[in-house]
Parts: sequence; C-alpha cells; structure tokens
Amino acid sequence: MRKPRDFIAYLQAAPLMAVLLAFLIAPIFMIVVVSFWGATEFSIYPAFQFDNYAFLFGSPVTYKVFFATFKYAIITWAFTLAIGFTVAYFLAFHVRTQAMQTALFLLCTIPFLTSNIIRMISWIPFLGRNGIANQALISWGVIDEPLEWLLYSDFSVILAFVHLYTLFMVVPIFNTMMRIDKSFIEAAYDNGATGLQTLWHVIVPLTKPGIMIGTIFVVTLVMGDFITVRFMSGSQKANVGRLISNDISLLQYPSAAATAVVLLCTVLIVIGLLLRFVNIRKEL
Amino acid sequence: MSKMRYSRRTLLKTGAAAAASTLAAPMVWAQEIKDITLRQFGTGVSNLNDVATKVKEDLGFNLEMTALDSDSVTQRAATQPDSFDIADIEYWICKKVWPTGNLQAMDASKIANYDNIAGTFRSGKLTPESVIAQGTAPHTVGFVEGPGSTKFATDESGWMTLIPTIYNADTLGIRPDLINRPIDSWAELLNPEFKGKASILDISSIGIMDMAMVCEAMGEIQYGDKGNMTKDEIDKTFAIFTAAKQNGQFRAFWKSFDESVNLMASGEVVIQSMWSPAITAVKSRGVPCVYQPLKEGYRSWGGGLGLSASLSGMELEAAYEYINWYLSGWVGGYLMRQGYYSAVPETSKEFMTENEWGYWYEGKAATGVITSPTGDQLAVAGDVRDGGSFTDRMGAVACWNSVMDENQYMVRKWNEFIAA
Repeated sequence: MRKPRDFIAYLQAAPLMAVLLAFLIAPIFMIVVVSFWGATEFSIYPAFQFDNYAFLFGSPVTYKVFFATFKYAIITWAFTLAIGFTVAYFLAFHVRTQAMQTALFLLCTIPFLTSNIIRMISWIPFLGRNGIANQALISWGVIDEPLEWLLYSDFSVILAFVHLYTLFMVVPIFNTMMRIDKSFIEAAYDNGATGLQTLWHVIVPLTKPGIMIGTIFVVTLVMGDFITVRFMSGSQKANVGRLISNDISLLQYPSAAATAVVLLCTVLIVIGLLLRFVNIRKEL
Repeated sequence: MSKMRYSRRTLLKTGAAAAASTLAAPMVWAQEIKDITLRQFGTGVSNLNDVATKVKEDLGFNLEMTALDSDSVTQRAATQPDSFDIADIEYWICKKVWPTGNLQAMDASKIANYDNIAGTFRSGKLTPESVIAQGTAPHTVGFVEGPGSTKFATDESGWMTLIPTIYNADTLGIRPDLINRPIDSWAELLNPEFKGKASILDISSIGIMDMAMVCEAMGEIQYGDKGNMTKDEIDKTFAIFTAAKQNGQFRAFWKSFDESVNLMASGEVVIQSMWSPAITAVKSRGVPCVYQPLKEGYRSWGGGLGLSASLSGMELEAAYEYINWYLSGWVGGYLMRQGYYSAVPETSKEFMTENEWGYWYEGKAATGVITSPTGDQLAVAGDVRDGGSFTDRMGAVACWNSVMDENQYMVRKWNEFIAA
C-alpha cells in the first residue's frame, strides 16, 4: 500500500517541482556557473577561475557597498516595523466592526494599485530644492534656505523604501493579530496587567510569526533593490544591486554573477538567522 | 560559446559580403520591397519615428526602430546579432563591437554621396589644416581592410564599418539665470561655488572624457592622450572627482536624457554635462539654458549605421538604398534642426530654409523664428547659435568619445567612484 501512495504524492508534487527546477534552480545554477567565467570587453568565455571572486573580495568598495546595503535594510526594517505594527494593531484591536476593518485595510492597499516606480519618482518633485516640501517650509518660516538633504540623499532613499514596503509589514502582522484569541487579552486585563504589559507580554509574542514574515519580505526586497537607490540618490549612493546592474550594463556578466552569488548567500544567511529566532511553521 | 560563434559568424559574414559583391543586383523590385522590414536599433538621438514614416513614403519598405541607452546598445550589438538588421551606433561602440564579427563592412563604391561625407569621417581632418583630436576619432575605426576583416584600416580602404549619420560637439550646459557670470572653462564644473549644484553623466565611457576635460582645464593632470589614458592617469582623475563627490559637489548623476533635462529645468543643477537636444528641451519649457562653448574645446561624438552580418540578398540591397537615402538630405535637415550635424551637410541645405541653414550651420543670426522639427520655438530673430558655425564648433573638438585599452580597469574605477 505504501509504494503507490508515495508515487502518487511525488506525481502530485511534480508540476511544482518542474516549475521550480526550470525557473528557479536552473537559473541560479547558471548564475553560479557563469560567476567562474571570464570576460573580455565584449564577450564572455567559459572558464573555471576565481578572478571575479578575488576581485570582489579584494576591493574595499565591495565591503563599503555591502555595509550600505545592510544599513538600508536595517533602517528600513526598523521604520516599516514600527509603522506596520502600529497600523496593524490599530486595525486589529481598535476598529470594532469587521466591515470597517476590511474597508480600512483596502484603503492601505490603494497606493499599491499604481506602479512602484511611479510612487517612487513622484517623491522627486516633492522633495527637490524648489519642490513642494521646501517651498512649504520656507513659506511657513520654518527654514530660510531650502533643505538640500531632502532629495538625493540616504534620507530620500530610506523614505522611498519605507513608503514602498510598509504594506509588506502590515499584511502579515495584521493577519497574525486577527488570529489572537481575544480572551487572552481579557485574561491579561483581569490579572491586572497594564495596556503596555499586555502589549509586550501577550500581543508581541503572539505576533512574532507575522513580524518575522514581514521582516523577511522587507529585508529581501531592500537588499535586492537597485532602482530605488539609483533614482532616489540621483546615482550618488550604491548598494549591491547597483553594483550588479552597473556590471551588467558594461557587459561584465561574470563579475555581475559573482556579486549576485555573494548577495544571494548573504541574504540566505540573514534569513537563516531570522528563522532561528522564530519557528514560523510551528507558530502559524 | 562565444568563441564558437565567433568563427561561425566570421564565416557567415565573409560569405554574405562575397555574395553581395559578386551578385550586383541592380534594383530591388518594387512589389517585393514592400514586404521587407529592416530592424534598426540605436540611441534615442536618431531613432525617430518620423524617419521610419518617411522611409515608408520614399522607399516603400518598413523600418522598425528601437531606442535604447548607449550601454544597452553596446550590449545588444555585441550579444544579440540576430535581433537587428541595422545598428545605429557610435564610433566608440563600433570599436568595442566590431571584433565580435556581428557587423559587416560596407562597400563605399555603393554609397552615392561617399565623396561628400565630411572629412572628419574619412581622413580625420575637417579642413586640411585641422588637427586630429584625441580619443576614438571616427576615421580610426571607420574602415576595415576588406570584407570580413576585423582589423581597422589606417586609410580610406573603401570598406566602411559605419556610414556616418550624425555627430555633434558636446560641452557643458549651464543655467545663465542662476549663475549670473560668464563661464568659459571646463574647470568650472568643480568650482566650489557650484557645490551641490553640479552634475555629470553616469555613463562611464563618456563621463570619463568629461572628467578628463575638467582635470586638464584645472591644470591638475597633463594627459598623454585623454582618449587612451594610462592606469596612473585614470587613478589621478578619479582621485580628483572622488574628493569632489565626497565634498558634496554633485547633486546627482544622470544616466538618461530626460533625467538631465529634469535636473536642469527644476534648478537642482546649474552646471552639468549635457547633450544638445536636452538643452533644446529645457529651453522649450521656457527655462533659460545655454550650451556653453568653453575655451578648452568640445568633447565630440559621432554615430553611424552599421549592417548586421546576417543581412544578405534583397534585405542588404534595401539597407544600401536606405543608407543612400539617409545621406541624401531629408534626415540631415531634420537632425540639423535639432542641433546635430549630418555627415553630408550640403545635401541637407535643400531641405532647410535659408534662415535655418544660416542659424544652424553657418552660425549667423536668425532672421526669423527658429523652430524644432516638432514645432517648438527655439530662437527668435537676432539669436545666434551657442558656439557659432559648423566649422567653429567641429573645428574646436578637443577629444572624441572613446574606449581605452585600459577600459576594464576604468570601468572598475568608475564603479568605485559611484559607490564612493
């Protein structure tokens, strides 16, 4: 009886397996292979050499850029978590009717109906030297000179990231909060816990899986991004994604592949560490 | 993989070129030509839908245009030879791409206006007295030794790599209303007066040349050849610019045409590397903008049409017809009214009014309103073109866009500069 059931199970998993093999495993395998190839100015040739990695690890720029990537990821994560948690908390515990909850939740998603490039670029005229933000601040008498750091700076990059990715934090946290049995909170109050104590000792531990899923979304999105950094920093700042895209545009595919492999490993290590803190499957 | 293709391509190309020269097909049949579609790609400057429409009208066949940025153009010409029939590329790109064997040499004897092509593209000299500028001057990569050859010829061999179409002399663009004083040197780009208000383009092969013009003008570096720097010269150049970047000299870097227009028009930047039509675009929004001639001279570039190695037979004949038509004046007139120059300027004269010819080519004061091909007003009576006449501008070229022997090193340093 066991054998046929195993066979059927494999058969059922086969379509997904085929898709993953063709569109995930095979491309990654190719990238790893190409990362050992060599490149001339206009072509790439098969080889097995460590030049690309040697250059990558030998260049101080690599470390600087990886550091910048982590910096963007961590700061963006902190802001999206704070905002995302607050929004989700409000939706889950302060909005009474389910109809209102759904309506407000949909409201959160409205900006996401437009392309994220558009949402990002619309910040540029807003934050510019003669943009709306500076003009408003000057006319209110808050500042005399336009603030230069509003645009083409780390500030604008992180602002755009937070704007683009907060929803990815709201959704999973809201989802786990909705599953929290309300009687736990009543019990906490009955036992004399303050609001803050209830939040910290009851709600936060129970929302951990949602926080973790949101964290994985935000961290991987920010670490893999290149276009937001390019537009919002006016090409002044770099993260690993930009390093890769520069290499590609200059036909240095093997070098781009090597950087991609290192980035992939880094992101996997980060996710591995995150998953050690919270067992998502157990707590879902 | 690429080595395999290399030899196959070379064979194919030799075969195609040999077939083309022996079978001297006199005329392409009118009814069959309608079915021909030539796929052209290139940078936005000359990939104009108006040209495709006019080709259909005048020659009867279809021309499909794809516009990409310089890096993507290089990438496509080098890696996807079957995706195009005609490549509209710059001469420095040609130097990079020609060795892949993806393009085929053109028989100069089939080009009706060959003898009228500006001297810059043939002998390298605009006028007999001209000094040849540094960098990848078009004539140095304009000819190969014969059909199928991947070696550039040193003289007019009769086998052309690209048929020159348009070219121009680039300089810095400025906002005269926000600067309020005369600017006459490339060195002004790094003047602390413009801290946080300067920009340079983020396309390494062109940006490095602008950097070199600046460093030389500042008296910081004496280059042997700006178009072919040594590692030491590259290091020094980037050291100067990295220091300036870290001091906050630059507001942003731009990579595409529209970014440069927006930076200038919004007042984020008051001095930056710029391309001629971007100046036009800023002006047409009613914002004052000058393409400032500088005493050190211009950084120049030239583009041309190259034929895919896989073109043969009827399509090849159609391509030659297209090129001859391209040089016959209508396109030249169109492009000159945008501020570029055509490879055979004389033929464009009949397609322009006397006022336009005087303003754009001869550097005379306009006698009436000057409009762009799309109808925007660019100048009124009495205005003179920034930089003056054709010979004034193209005669003052200090260097050409180029690819260096140390290109890969330069590219890595460029990446570091962006990340710095």
